[in-house]
Amino acid sequence: MTSFGPSSEAVNDPRDALPDHIPSLRAFAISLTRNVSEADDLVQETILKAWSKFDKFTPGTDLRAWLFTILRNTFFSSKRKTRREVSDPEGIHAGNLFERPHHDGRLAFGDFQRGFDKLSAEHREVLILVGANGYSYEEAAEMMGVAVGTAKSRANRARARLNELLGLAPGETVLADPSGETMAVMGRSGVQAA
Amino acid sequence: MNVARNMSQDTPKSNLRKDIDENLKRIYDDALKEEVPDRFKALLAQLKAKESRK
Repeated sequence: MTSFGPSSEAVNDPRDALPDHIPSLRAFAISLTRNVSEADDLVQETILKAWSKFDKFTPGTDLRAWLFTILRNTFFSSKRKTRREVSDPEGIHAGNLFERPHHDGRLAFGDFQRGFDKLSAEHREVLILVGANGYSYEEAAEMMGVAVGTAKSRANRARARLNELLGLAPGETVLADPSGETMAVMGRSGVQAA
Repeated sequence: MNVARNMSQDTPKSNLRKDIDENLKRIYDDALKEEVPDRFKALLAQLKAKESRK
């Protein structure tokens, strides 16, 4: 940085980019906690921690991934410490009625959300990082502080568990017959199994 | 009841995976659309002000 001139990162303090990442941090926090006010506390703590150790951020690397790492470490370590029930056991969408499967047989989103809420936080995490954010298993593994193989098998188990909660056999894309009866029964058995 | 078991008969597993990923994206995008509360703007302004006093 001395002999090659200032890089853009040296000119632009990464702290200035922090506000751009707050919506993503919140979305990740909500995905983990399934509770908006808890998510906001988590984001606040993440911002404070990030701010105090921005000198440890390597300019030019993925700032969002760095922030996600701080957020998930904060979440899982406070979960371990307090041993309290972090998520609403019924899930934030517990009040929703099961939607009827769409006539084209695609997953009904309400059902999906309920299934997602019942996953463990570890399973939600890997699915959100890989499935929703499009991070590679390598990137996700680094954020989660595990081996790549562990990230892959965790993602596979998470998908299998989700299928189970949704009452889907592996490879099945149709939820239930149009009456929705089958889905409701499967949903309840999923609750008991959770 | 004769319901189509799959949109297409080929690679049902990858269809399911695509379906799941689309739903995961929707969960994440819904959370992303939530308006950021003012407390974060205030917090950042506060941190920034503290920094410039150093």
